[in-house]
Amino acid sequence: MIRAILIALALAVASMQNALAQEVPSDAPRAETGGAQTLDDILRRQQGLEVDPTFRSEATGDPDSAAPPTAPLGTLGGQSDPELWRALRYGTANVSSQVRSPAATLLVQDEGMWWLQFREGPLRTWGGYFLLGVLGLLALFYLIRGRIRIDHGKSGVKITRFRAFERFSHWLLAGSFILLGVTGLISLFGRVGMIPWMGKEGYATLAIGSKWIHNNVSWAFMLALIFVFVLWVWHNLPDRTDLTWFAKGGGIFTKGHPPAKKFNAGQKLIFWSVIVLGASISVSGLSLLFPFDMPMFASTFHHINALGLPELVGREPLPEALTPHAEMQYAQLWHSIIAFVLMGIVFAHIYIGTLGMEGAYDAMGSGEVDLNWAKEHHSLWVEEEQAKQGAAPPTATPAE
Amino acid sequence: MKAMLAAFAMIFVIAVAADFGLEEADFSSQQVQSSPSVRLD
Repeated sequence: MIRAILIALALAVASMQNALAQEVPSDAPRAETGGAQTLDDILRRQQGLEVDPTFRSEATGDPDSAAPPTAPLGTLGGQSDPELWRALRYGTANVSSQVRSPAATLLVQDEGMWWLQFREGPLRTWGGYFLLGVLGLLALFYLIRGRIRIDHGKSGVKITRFRAFERFSHWLLAGSFILLGVTGLISLFGRVGMIPWMGKEGYATLAIGSKWIHNNVSWAFMLALIFVFVLWVWHNLPDRTDLTWFAKGGGIFTKGHPPAKKFNAGQKLIFWSVIVLGASISVSGLSLLFPFDMPMFASTFHHINALGLPELVGREPLPEALTPHAEMQYAQLWHSIIAFVLMGIVFAHIYIGTLGMEGAYDAMGSGEVDLNWAKEHHSLWVEEEQAKQGAAPPTATPAE
Repeated sequence: MKAMLAAFAMIFVIAVAADFGLEEADFSSQQVQSSPSVRLD
């Protein structure tokens, strides 16, 4: 009995080998494996080398010439499960759905793995190191330079630096940015940084709350960005005083302060960073808020390629035909990378506006700064303000 | 300080209004992505 079974099995294997040998010519690539991947393919993949995937992507079955389901080795629909999955993986399967999302018919996005690996690898790692590095540099700067004092001490006379609506707009932008930054970091680092110590249940609640805050507070950020731009753009246009300011390094390590108008060159850099990077974060954020409705990257890549920029740096042209998922993935990465850069800049801004410089916080706290502080850091602006008031001393409010 | 507190209050108001408004304007994921033949309720 056992001998009969063994003979039957041997015959079956021999007939299958014959069938495979008939299908794949002996001189065809991967003939030794019947068209499947070879040891060489596996070794190349392990070494990180390119492997031509066409032997897989094109092996998706041919229902027209396939054996009927009733025939030996016939499959239902003329495609085996592996062939169907390959078709799904390489985007050639004919999928229909009643869901209206453009991504609904893309069940397997093979090229999305690089995004996942980048998000979980370099983005988290280098983004985290960047923020810690900025904090470290600021701590080092504080240790070397200490707090920047008012050279002539407080005069006791105040001058109005920012009106109520200016301060309101600043805090609308600052408060929303801090909320967005914290909740964004929770979303990015939660899986590796928070679940281990607060558990999945706890983190799930936090993540849902973070998502709500991130999605809805974004509107306050965008509104404040417009307010701040309209309020201060005129004062942040570059002029000749900026060159002097840069030449003297802002007076940070030297005696005396370079003359400056309402905003010095350093503040102008902060302003334009916030406007340009904030606008970029807003646009990519809108693309993420309304998934698949605002694709940006295919057209952006087209313009970049048209300018020949990738060739200039010795790279292949950027992909111009992107799946809906890929659009979202590029938007997510861009959103995060630019947000990391802006967070680093804002760390420096918060430092110099609070701990780093005596008298600076008053500008956004009460809106009234000490006259000596104003003369030291914004001498040209003080002259303009005093000229407006007929050379009379500014608000003569004694310091408390 | 008043300007700061007013701004923080405004952030909260805008966030709640955005959440409510987008839901009412049929911008929820359910409204945007499902079709009449897909029942999610």
